[in-house]
Amino acid sequence: MKNPLDSIWGTIISGVILTAILYLAVAKFLV
Amino acid sequence: MDLVPVFARWLHFLAGVMWVGLLYYFNFVQVPALKAAGADGTAGGITKHVAPRALLYFRWSAVVTWVAGAALLGGNFVSAFTLAKGYAGIGVGAWLGTIMLFNVWFLIWPNQQKILGMKPATDDEKNKARRVALLTSRTNMMLSIPMLFFMAGGLTHKAAFGL
Repeated sequence: MKNPLDSIWGTIISGVILTAILYLAVAKFLV
Repeated sequence: MDLVPVFARWLHFLAGVMWVGLLYYFNFVQVPALKAAGADGTAGGITKHVAPRALLYFRWSAVVTWVAGAALLGGNFVSAFTLAKGYAGIGVGAWLGTIMLFNVWFLIWPNQQKILGMKPATDDEKNKARRVALLTSRTNMMLSIPMLFFMAGGLTHKAAFGL
């Protein structure tokens, strides 16, 4: 599988997915 | 008016714009430009005159951003970094920024010194350094997206973000 960080769009999409995961984790477990 | 949080916030924004702005410059502009310049033999101008200056402001604006952010947190510093109740949002932002600062000084900068010939390195070491520097820079770009989300909520607007 290609590393998503090899492309700009792969990097941006990974960042948005990471934002959603962290948001859900914080909202569910840490607020 | 308490001047410390006012100036810390202002400086945090100024330096942060420079840091993340240069990070996006590297990823959106310089990396593709170097690829194109390498093809027609004009990359030397970028690596000799542009990249060292950009890296200078990049790594030091990262430090100023972190220090101003720590000053802005003030007495909330420990609560943020331990993700205490009510501080988890800004705490996650602070941790992401801290990881990015570490990446700048301990992965991007040492490898860029090899790539730009500021430190002696064989061709093999330079090729490895290029890969590590690129992936670390891309990692920081990826981390900047959630980092800015949680920083935007901060301590004052967290309710608007549902945190």
